[in-house]
Amino acid sequence: MTVDQPSFFSAKFGITPALIERCLGEALAAGGEYAELYFESVASTSLGVDESLVKSAAQGVSAGCGIRVLAGERTGYAYTDELSPERLLRAARTAALIASGPAKQSVVGLGSSLREARPRLYPAPAAELDPELSTKLALVMRADTAARAHDRRITEVRASYADEVRRILVAASDGTYTSDTQPMVRLNVFALAKDGNKTARGNAGGGGRVELSYFEGAKSPEYFAREAARQALLQLNAVPAPAGDMEVVLGPGWPGVLLHEAVGHGLEADFNRKKTSAFSGMVGQRVASDKVTVVDNGTIPSRRGSIHVDDEGADSRENVLIENGILRGYMNDKLSAKLMGTANTGNGRRESYQQMPMPRMTNTYMLAGEDEPEDILRSVRRGLYAVNFGGGSVDITSGKFVFSASEAYLIEDGRVTAPVRDATLIGSGPEALKYVSMVGHDLALDEGVGNCGKQGQWVPVGVGMPTIKLDRMTVGGTGS
Amino acid sequence: MAAATRNLPAYASQLAGQAQALVQQALQAGASDAEVILRESDEFDAQVRMGELETLKNSGSRGVGLRVLLAGDEGQRVGSSSSSDLTPSGLGYLVASAIALARISSPDPMQGLPEPSAFGAFDGELDLYHESVYSLPDKERIEYARRVEAAALGADARITNSDGGSFTAATSLKVLANSRGFVGASRGSYCGLSAVPIATGRNGEMQRDGWSSSARTLSKLESPEQVGAEAARRTLRRLDGRRVPTQRVPVVFAPEVARSILGAMADAANGDSIYRGASFFTGKLGAQVAASSITVINDGTLPGLFGSTPFDGEGLPTRRTVLVENGVLRSYLLNTYTGRKLGLPSTASAARGLTGNPGISTHNLFLPAGEQTPEQIIAAIPQGLYLTEFLGRGVNMVTGDYSRGASGLWIENGELAFPVQEITVAGNLKEMFQNITAIGNDLLFRSATASPTLRIDGLTIAGA
Repeated sequence: MTVDQPSFFSAKFGITPALIERCLGEALAAGGEYAELYFESVASTSLGVDESLVKSAAQGVSAGCGIRVLAGERTGYAYTDELSPERLLRAARTAALIASGPAKQSVVGLGSSLREARPRLYPAPAAELDPELSTKLALVMRADTAARAHDRRITEVRASYADEVRRILVAASDGTYTSDTQPMVRLNVFALAKDGNKTARGNAGGGGRVELSYFEGAKSPEYFAREAARQALLQLNAVPAPAGDMEVVLGPGWPGVLLHEAVGHGLEADFNRKKTSAFSGMVGQRVASDKVTVVDNGTIPSRRGSIHVDDEGADSRENVLIENGILRGYMNDKLSAKLMGTANTGNGRRESYQQMPMPRMTNTYMLAGEDEPEDILRSVRRGLYAVNFGGGSVDITSGKFVFSASEAYLIEDGRVTAPVRDATLIGSGPEALKYVSMVGHDLALDEGVGNCGKQGQWVPVGVGMPTIKLDRMTVGGTGS
Repeated sequence: MAAATRNLPAYASQLAGQAQALVQQALQAGASDAEVILRESDEFDAQVRMGELETLKNSGSRGVGLRVLLAGDEGQRVGSSSSSDLTPSGLGYLVASAIALARISSPDPMQGLPEPSAFGAFDGELDLYHESVYSLPDKERIEYARRVEAAALGADARITNSDGGSFTAATSLKVLANSRGFVGASRGSYCGLSAVPIATGRNGEMQRDGWSSSARTLSKLESPEQVGAEAARRTLRRLDGRRVPTQRVPVVFAPEVARSILGAMADAANGDSIYRGASFFTGKLGAQVAASSITVINDGTLPGLFGSTPFDGEGLPTRRTVLVENGVLRSYLLNTYTGRKLGLPSTASAARGLTGNPGISTHNLFLPAGEQTPEQIIAAIPQGLYLTEFLGRGVNMVTGDYSRGASGLWIENGELAFPVQEITVAGNLKEMFQNITAIGNDLLFRSATASPTLRIDGLTIAGA
């Protein structure tokens, strides 16, 4: 969409097309091939209720610009949190130093053709200052009340709310001149249950790129509160998790973190361009059973991992990573797409203007199969049924990955029995999904709390999965 | 007035003046107390990969955080705000926002700034700042990154690829001022070298590992050749790893992973978890929580180390605190708020980000060296794991349940026999602390938390 009224960065910081062109010209003055300005402004609010008191209430604003220059495989980067012409030009000159030679590239005139992303996936909040503090606080108070009322054994509750509005503007020497406004909301509940000398915790939360009214529907503060309390109570009577290789059934939704760790990171193009990933050179090869199709999709409305455009100004897309078990392609950004000679998949993301973009996931999930979830559980003689996880991690090069179950049960003779204590599951990325023997029809996406860390940069992501059965996976408990 | 601005340039005093002015502005706007933190930092980072310069980053930023308190009959309300905008209008927004937020928070009798008598700064020389981290011209810094990678790449023919070599330099300045008279400033410097080589094994399997050196001054940095060679050695020893059967064995934690055991002890002693009963150390002050050979110290006053700082996030002088002495829990880690909740004085462990209430963090956390060499500890084990790397976190501080991905080397008849991978190590921290049966003599502060080699018995390895 082309607009005539002044854009956010123009109105607030006086960033004009002429200034952007000057900076891009300065950035390319030493012979760089590509230059990019990434303007970002973030306003955030967080509220915390603890011991039924509003103990924390905070707001923050930050703004800055990151300037990147590419010369072959080299990247020069500089940023500034003062958006004056002098500071911007100085940052452009610093980034330009990566190249050394006369200017080769001229700057395309940007004119006034700023492409503002149409808010089709998520709303574009207008207000900078917050008129809704009390409404937000009411949500947190409701969560606190509901968790405490759930059971007398719930002794401690911490509930919190956090939101941010992130505005970005990307202008680059390849003609990119795009902006987007990206809201994010999250509600979280932590509950502690005590019974005699036993103590256990439960955690639940959710949100996404949604308006506050989201929490008035099924995903209410009471829903998350009950969920946190339920998990804490369940853990009071958990038995030690088993140890060793066994059949594992993963429930729908958040257990999709398996995909994020087992294959997702390994399929980011930067690792594959450098041949440092266990999946390097494997496009076209079998990396999973034929029941497995995995996509990364940045275009699902309202999801935490969704973006209209990535942090290089490219449209987000739905990309098939694994199709019926065959590796189809990698997730890339402008640099990797250019160096590998492939299309840009729109996965160039960054934590903030202080960091360079790189290939990152958006919402990564497995497509539904045809099995009945009950049949999947019934097929297991002795195994583990894991339905909730904490986080995970992966060693890209060896392919070994872990993810830690926070709610799991034993399966004995096809029946779900005792809850088990926290345990980490470990596997090898290129092998693990070959053991997927059943895939349920119950695909679900997570509640909207995922953060993904890579090289010190955190970005919000989503995961999802139907119920699946892995014929073999290592469970890291202490029991027999 | 407790002033902690010694040995600082005029510029820092100027920032301290700005912070104090903002405190006054908040008081004039209706705050009964206020606290301001100003941070400035700059960074240089050069990454070289396969001998070629890959990225060069050079920048700086600043930010300001404000916490205001509104006193009332039932206690104080608190609100906070932060900004990267230090213009008068930006600061005006900061004050208005913090006060608006404080108005919607609950009065809390435990809330509030420390008592004026508690303020101060460690008076000795901490040796935290050296201009030398920026003394090298750009070209030589890139050369450092190139040399560290080259040393790793050249170490062995099986090293076939690389995630690069890097040289990083950074400096930072923090200023803290509050309405009860404290003002302090502290500068720090950092430089670091690292290499991450990748080796290929017999079956084409790849392994990566890395090594780094960091210091507050260039002269204390290990040479690029030393760091690169160690990175190569660590990567090569992982090649052709296998899994081992599920079993219960003694585990020897190398220093770089043993430090996480101390980190877990500090997490368990965190006052924020203690007062709400969310840690298995709750109510254990004075109790035996670890083997009687274990002493763990948190010290913010050791010259030159990364965890040293003259004052904590609330303006209290840092100190040496014995957390665990001969296995007995002697102290929790407390800031002012959690101290008041527990009826104890703060241990000067407040951590202050730009935004929000003060949290809790350790300074230099360490376990003093023991007598045995790592080789002697390994030699005493007929069958066990020498653990060198964790994958994932997998620690529940409420129950102590511990389950993490791991890799390392298998110990057979007292010797390192072969590399192992794709296994988990599991136990419960309450028992693990009690089951530390050997302490190495190899304590070295490579980071703020440092441990010698530790042997822990009775852990479950899950594998093939």
